[in-house]
Amino acid sequence: MSIIKPTRRGLLKTGALAGAGLAMPTILRAAGYTNEPTGGTVTFGFNVPQTGPYAEEGKDELRAYQLAVEHLNGEGDGGALNTFSSKALKGNGVLGKKVAYVSGDTQTKSDAARASAKSMIEKDGAIMITGGSSSGVAVAVQGLCQEAGVIFMAGLTHSNDTTGKDKKANGFRHFFNAYMSGAALAPVLEKAYGKDRRAYHLTADYTWGWTQQESIQAATEAIGWKTVNNVLTPLATTDFSSYIAPVLNSGADVLILNHYGGNMVNSLTNAVQFGLRDKMVNGKQFEIVVPLYSELMAKGAGKNIEGVFGSTNWSWKLQDAGTKAFVQSFGTKYGFPPSNAAQTAYAQALLYADAAERAGTFNPCGIVEALEGDGSSLPDINSAANTGYLFDGLGNGPTLYRKPDHQCFKDVLVMKGKENPDNEYDALEIVEITPVKQVWYEPDNPMFAGGELGKCNPGSA
Amino acid sequence: MDSILLQILNGLDKGSAYALIALGLTLIFGTLGVVNFAHGAIFMIGAFTAVTFSKLLSLSFITLDPEKKNFLGQPLEIKTAYVVDWFGPTVGNGLIDWAVPLSILFSIPIMLFVGYAMERGLIKHFYHRPHADQILVTFGLAIVLQEIIKSFFGANPIPTPAPEMFRGSIDLGVLVGFAENAIIYPYWRLIYFLFSALVIGGVFAFLQFTTFGMVVRAGMADRETVGLLGINIDRRFTIMFGIAAAVAGLAGVMYAPINSPNYHMGMDFLVLSFVVVVVGGMGSLAGAVAAGFLLGILESFASMNEIKSILPGIDQIIIYLIAIIILLTRPRGLMGRKGVMEE
Repeated sequence: MSIIKPTRRGLLKTGALAGAGLAMPTILRAAGYTNEPTGGTVTFGFNVPQTGPYAEEGKDELRAYQLAVEHLNGEGDGGALNTFSSKALKGNGVLGKKVAYVSGDTQTKSDAARASAKSMIEKDGAIMITGGSSSGVAVAVQGLCQEAGVIFMAGLTHSNDTTGKDKKANGFRHFFNAYMSGAALAPVLEKAYGKDRRAYHLTADYTWGWTQQESIQAATEAIGWKTVNNVLTPLATTDFSSYIAPVLNSGADVLILNHYGGNMVNSLTNAVQFGLRDKMVNGKQFEIVVPLYSELMAKGAGKNIEGVFGSTNWSWKLQDAGTKAFVQSFGTKYGFPPSNAAQTAYAQALLYADAAERAGTFNPCGIVEALEGDGSSLPDINSAANTGYLFDGLGNGPTLYRKPDHQCFKDVLVMKGKENPDNEYDALEIVEITPVKQVWYEPDNPMFAGGELGKCNPGSA
Repeated sequence: MDSILLQILNGLDKGSAYALIALGLTLIFGTLGVVNFAHGAIFMIGAFTAVTFSKLLSLSFITLDPEKKNFLGQPLEIKTAYVVDWFGPTVGNGLIDWAVPLSILFSIPIMLFVGYAMERGLIKHFYHRPHADQILVTFGLAIVLQEIIKSFFGANPIPTPAPEMFRGSIDLGVLVGFAENAIIYPYWRLIYFLFSALVIGGVFAFLQFTTFGMVVRAGMADRETVGLLGINIDRRFTIMFGIAAAVAGLAGVMYAPINSPNYHMGMDFLVLSFVVVVVGGMGSLAGAVAAGFLLGILESFASMNEIKSILPGIDQIIIYLIAIIILLTRPRGLMGRKGVMEE
């Protein structure tokens, strides 16, 4: 029988070997990923519509991204970094590197968006891509980022498909989705207009329109409404008169406009011109609903929007600390309040930076791991899927980046076009803050079925 | 029956816009032989003259209301329009309310000048160049113009409402014995149709019953002979370019309350208007107007649920389908003249 006597030198050697062995996967992983930063800066790629119909939203997103970069680099007042629940970011860049950025123009076209994202990744060395103001673009760029091995932090994209059938491991969405809009709106509509209603849908004929219509139809039918018709309208339509003219004669007493952007402005304007809101049908006042609102588009619709219900992801009128800090910072710099699109852009930039800081690496797989969280969950929701990265202080209360599909869950706002607004930024008012529990769904919900998250792709050095 | 009547009405106002733009296009093509792809941009500039006039009337001075706070917690800025301050709320607000109809007066000289400057400054240099060059340069010009408008006014649509008294709609069905709500039609769209008819009638009367018009028509038929008679036909054609720009501009001004103007609206109409010109017959003024209304009405019919349930997607292709059929059966279009755009 032999006795091995432990020595101090032996213990150190063994410990070093064991430590190196344990650290091996991380070292190997850190050694090779797309656009690993080597100098004193790290480059973010902001891919937003700078031309085309959503250029104003793109501009607002870009303003928010620039503000986020300032705050990450320790400039300005720090904005929502002061209220963010995670304290990993110190205002000294990310992982000791100063944040730089490049921007591309999506033109709200999938091919142009992919080309500009590709250029930012391949030529400018962007470590991540974020932005966009359309679901078609988001799905296209998310696919590209998955193949290229960079993280995609989606901007304004509301289609269920982005984190449904088209979800990707390298993609993350902070913005809410069509299902959540339906779930938040239906109870408010029931309270305002009753259970006995007949709805006529006009729907933009592309991925977002289809999922929006499916979601709001399911939600309104669940409260007892009937669906009279759903008419698909070409995306390029500018004059909706021929689609709106038959509505009054159809027996419907509610018109649901599953339109966004210029489509929404024009279809709502046309509907009001045809006097729909002044009519009584089935003994009830005729009503119009716009499931997804944007403050910038509300300005375009002018007085037509007064009294019309819709939903948003966030509003500058919220009173939580994160919102106040962001609005103060944005308003001071630019002179007007930020939009929905700006807030989600700002939050996504900070969330990415925070994840890198917590992960200790820019490796996309490290970022995915950090954003998928430590198993924290939202209170009062009993579900095995209620797990991910829980954070607060960026606006709109506690928010969960859900691990199974990379969708953020938080409260949803039901809005209404304001009667007699004080100014052009005051077009919408908050009617209800719908608690996250009410808009929760399981990852295998049929509206989100069909896709696989897959595995993170770190790309190659 | 009521839904057919309704779609005819819808087609008439759509057709009015197509007809006005196509009329201008044909005037330019018939006189100068230029295929002007910037004509849609002129329509858009017309709409933005209404926006500009409305903004000018709404120019305001600011006072601070210490009782109310803005989103940053500072005293709220209260804007008061100068016209309200100068003329009192009734007259001042009335002027702002009537901004679109009043801007017709404002837009005519502006659009005449825009057309004149466009023709003298750029397009005259391309008279003897191939049509492909003309298309390229005028298309480029259209993009430049829309980017200029975007840089001044932004990319979002700008609401430019009709006067309060014309914002509602009329139940035409009740007037002709149909059930209530069967044929609802907005007042402003009716006004748009009547206005278009007036402008089209005015242009035809001008060409038909004035000496200037007679010379222009003669020039359209045989430019060389008119020139040999000692008449400066080029100068008259330049004026016609200005008139064509004014027609498209007026179409844009009056269209502003129908759909909030945005910088891209000209492009939305341009391709359709070219189809209208080709279907009507290159160089034929009457053909352009007839084709404008015809295609507007057919487009409206194609959007009917009953039609779409039989032929899904027909609303997206109907205009091009009709164009193919007409060009196959009548290669010169409905009222095309022999020799126009033919070698």
